[in-house]
Amino acid sequence: MIARLVLNGRAREVEVRPNQTLLEMLRDTLGVFDVKEGCDEGVCGVCTVLLDGRPASSCLVLAAALRGRAVTTLRGIERDGGLHPLQEAFVRHGAVQCGFCTPGMLLTVLALLEREPRPDRPAIRAALEGNLCRCTGYAKIVDAVEAYVRAEGGRDG
Amino acid sequence: MADAVSTREALRVVGHPVARHDARDKVVAATAYAADWALPGMLHAAVLRSPYPSARIVKLETARAAAMPGVAVVLTAKDVPRNTVSTDVPGQTTAVGPLRATLHVLAEERVRHQGEPVALVAADTLELAQAAVDAIDVEYETTPGVFTPEAALAPGAPPVHPTGNLLAQWRVARGDVTRALAGAAVVVEGEYTTQLVDAAYLEPESGVAWIDSDGVITIRLSTQVIEHFRDVAEVLQVPQNRVRVIGTYLGGGFGGKEDVTVEAYLGLLALKTGRPVKMVWTRQESLLARAKRHPYRLRYRTGAAATGEIVAQQIELLADAGAYAYLSALVLLYSTVTAAGPYRVAAVAVDARVAYTNNPPTSAMRGFGAMQTVFAYESQLDRVARRLGMDPVEIRRVNALRRGDTLPVGQVIETHVALPELAERAWAALGPPAPSRAPHVKVGRGLACNFQPYGRIVWLHDWASAWVGFEMDGSLVVRCGCPDVGGGQAASLCQIAAEVLGVGLERISVHVSDSALTPLAGTTTASRQLYMSGNAVLKTARELRAQLLTVAASLLRAGVDDLDLEQERVVARDGRTLPLPDLLRECARAGVPRSHLGVYHAPAGEPVDLAKGSGKVFPDYTFGAHAAEVEVDTETGVVRVLGYAAAHDVGRAINPQSVEGQIQGGAVQGLGYGLMEEVVVENGINLTTSFSTYLIPTAADVPDVAAIVVESGEGLGPFNARGIGEPPIGPPAAAIANAIEDATGARLTRLPITAERVARALGLLTEGA
Repeated sequence: MIARLVLNGRAREVEVRPNQTLLEMLRDTLGVFDVKEGCDEGVCGVCTVLLDGRPASSCLVLAAALRGRAVTTLRGIERDGGLHPLQEAFVRHGAVQCGFCTPGMLLTVLALLEREPRPDRPAIRAALEGNLCRCTGYAKIVDAVEAYVRAEGGRDG
Repeated sequence: MADAVSTREALRVVGHPVARHDARDKVVAATAYAADWALPGMLHAAVLRSPYPSARIVKLETARAAAMPGVAVVLTAKDVPRNTVSTDVPGQTTAVGPLRATLHVLAEERVRHQGEPVALVAADTLELAQAAVDAIDVEYETTPGVFTPEAALAPGAPPVHPTGNLLAQWRVARGDVTRALAGAAVVVEGEYTTQLVDAAYLEPESGVAWIDSDGVITIRLSTQVIEHFRDVAEVLQVPQNRVRVIGTYLGGGFGGKEDVTVEAYLGLLALKTGRPVKMVWTRQESLLARAKRHPYRLRYRTGAAATGEIVAQQIELLADAGAYAYLSALVLLYSTVTAAGPYRVAAVAVDARVAYTNNPPTSAMRGFGAMQTVFAYESQLDRVARRLGMDPVEIRRVNALRRGDTLPVGQVIETHVALPELAERAWAALGPPAPSRAPHVKVGRGLACNFQPYGRIVWLHDWASAWVGFEMDGSLVVRCGCPDVGGGQAASLCQIAAEVLGVGLERISVHVSDSALTPLAGTTTASRQLYMSGNAVLKTARELRAQLLTVAASLLRAGVDDLDLEQERVVARDGRTLPLPDLLRECARAGVPRSHLGVYHAPAGEPVDLAKGSGKVFPDYTFGAHAAEVEVDTETGVVRVLGYAAAHDVGRAINPQSVEGQIQGGAVQGLGYGLMEEVVVENGINLTTSFSTYLIPTAADVPDVAAIVVESGEGLGPFNARGIGEPPIGPPAAAIANAIEDATGARLTRLPITAERVARALGLLTEGA
């Protein structure tokens, strides 16, 4: 079967098996390794992609069912060819330890900020509920998001 | 301590919260984890695992599976050159201890736990490999098993191994416990139960193996111990120098990647097929098959004087090793040494046993046996304080170990013990009490302290080596066989080298965790890497610096002591400078090496007789104190953690941000242990093999942990650092239990403290309801 999608801004047509998930297509067929595999049942969040701008577990999406939808992975969020300021904030605030959850975390946060540009700490924590992290205890991830929100707010006005 | 502060001001890179190089790579997903790797012609591997906890294999035929198109090979025990792997002492130190724990690479004749590997398949695709696993013709005849340590040790119990079900036993006997208990003003008795839990890192066990162009079997995998290359060589019956392990940056380890995981299977399959092979365990497989944390039953009788001084501890520990020994005997040793807590106790008796069962095997996990005991000794201390009407900080101040004190096993504490300060600061950090939201919602606070060894047992003769060298342009290379599990191990080594050699962090390339190309540095376990590899890099960098400055001194006609390395220049006290590349050229001309290989040997000792209290077991300990504020819904039993503070004396924080991260992350893992995590096993069958049933804390489950970093300036690591990887996971369960009693008067003694258990303790549920 052919899966049709727009991957990080580029239209793609990919030959897939009928039961192949978006995660398997990205990693095994296309070699897109910025999407991680952690549980294969939609719980851990490390395979998060943005599907038309909303976070989705790519292990639960059938590739053949995409029908032209926009799929954004971490590689799709670079700004001006450099780090996105949210990525900078994650580095600066120690939000990264083993880093396995980081790509999914970043995408989930970006989707949150689209909906809610000024989330407080409880709102950030609530949004991250579907992205497990076993290393950080979450505090520094929330710190990084808060700092980014503050800095972006400063820039806006 | 004044000394520590003044030194810190003089430091340029160490002690500062610098951004880690690996974090930069990880935010753009440039880090290639073990599963993010593919080679041309690569096969995919799958494992046939036993569905039964105790059975004989009566039929195992692979011909049908092997004949399937696309299947390269099917292997069983008879195909393994040496089917026994030693599991007791991983790492570079060998030939110590009487334990010699072993297991089979693939099951022979019988299986002893659910998930035990029986056969291996490699095929062109993962789907084919899984189909071939299903096509293996295997029949089992189930045999009676034992599923609790008590049952395992009962007379007539079916033996899990021919050697009997008692795997190991340790004893401590100091002072006259019976007499001390008889004379105590207060005696508190308690029995505590801790559960089986999983490391639950997000990256499952994974790797790729290939035979490199030089014929060396090369295995690139997620491991805390690259020295397992030797175990793989033993299994394959090839010389140890024909196997190379490349350790990737790990997606978490926490002890679960200390034992052999995929490497022996990958080595076998690559050797048998001559093709690259990839093996990635599914989450279900990972939760089913990987060794876990030991469940314990802990019985304590604690006697105290009216002043609050603990006068006696009578302790009985019983742990479940599961079906294979792994590191159980050593885990139990850690429990035995720490059983009486970080306190002065004149009379201590410990009887600790660990038994084989047909449950999932247990082995290393962050805390390593020094964790289960915290739940018991801190619950006991809290109960003593309540009986005596004492403040929780005060009773810990009264009893805290001090430098020069001797542990019940005979080890003298040689460094500062900051326990009273830690307890005060953690307690104070909770701030003003939270108001209760409703009459049935009770708020309470609890405190718990711990001590955790860092560095390996002294009779393992631990060492680590490192290579540090300059390129001609003044950029620096650090090589060290230290696996980076995500705690910033590699980045800390860079900070230490940068500090000594006066180069910017951005000018350092660090190569870690390659058994062929980086000097071996031992396991990333036992909170030892900063201590061991950190000291190795520090020593090596200092020796390199001395080497270079000797040449610089002759060029500048100055004394070596008048020279410093700073911003890639030699700077003399009189202000003259020499660019580093000029010095390096002069070194090359004069035949002076621009690199150095150094080895750090930890202070070593002979095995001690714990019962006789004959001496030193661990190099040193890290102390901590955690304080929790909880609310308990007395209608439902639901516990919510409102506030949490965790204080540890880390000696010196090499990177304060990484230290805070270890404390916060460890505390949250500990909260998971205290409140929600449990591998549920019924008659040897694991009922929690997915992340929808094995629950770990989410961002919404836990509060911000306030990390309090205390720097006493005393520790055995570089710049007087102490290990901080494991210590923060210890206290949370006890802090929560103590807070729940403070809130409700109910004492919870079984982990995890679920809403149901709280409801039972509050009398909301009757038995069977």
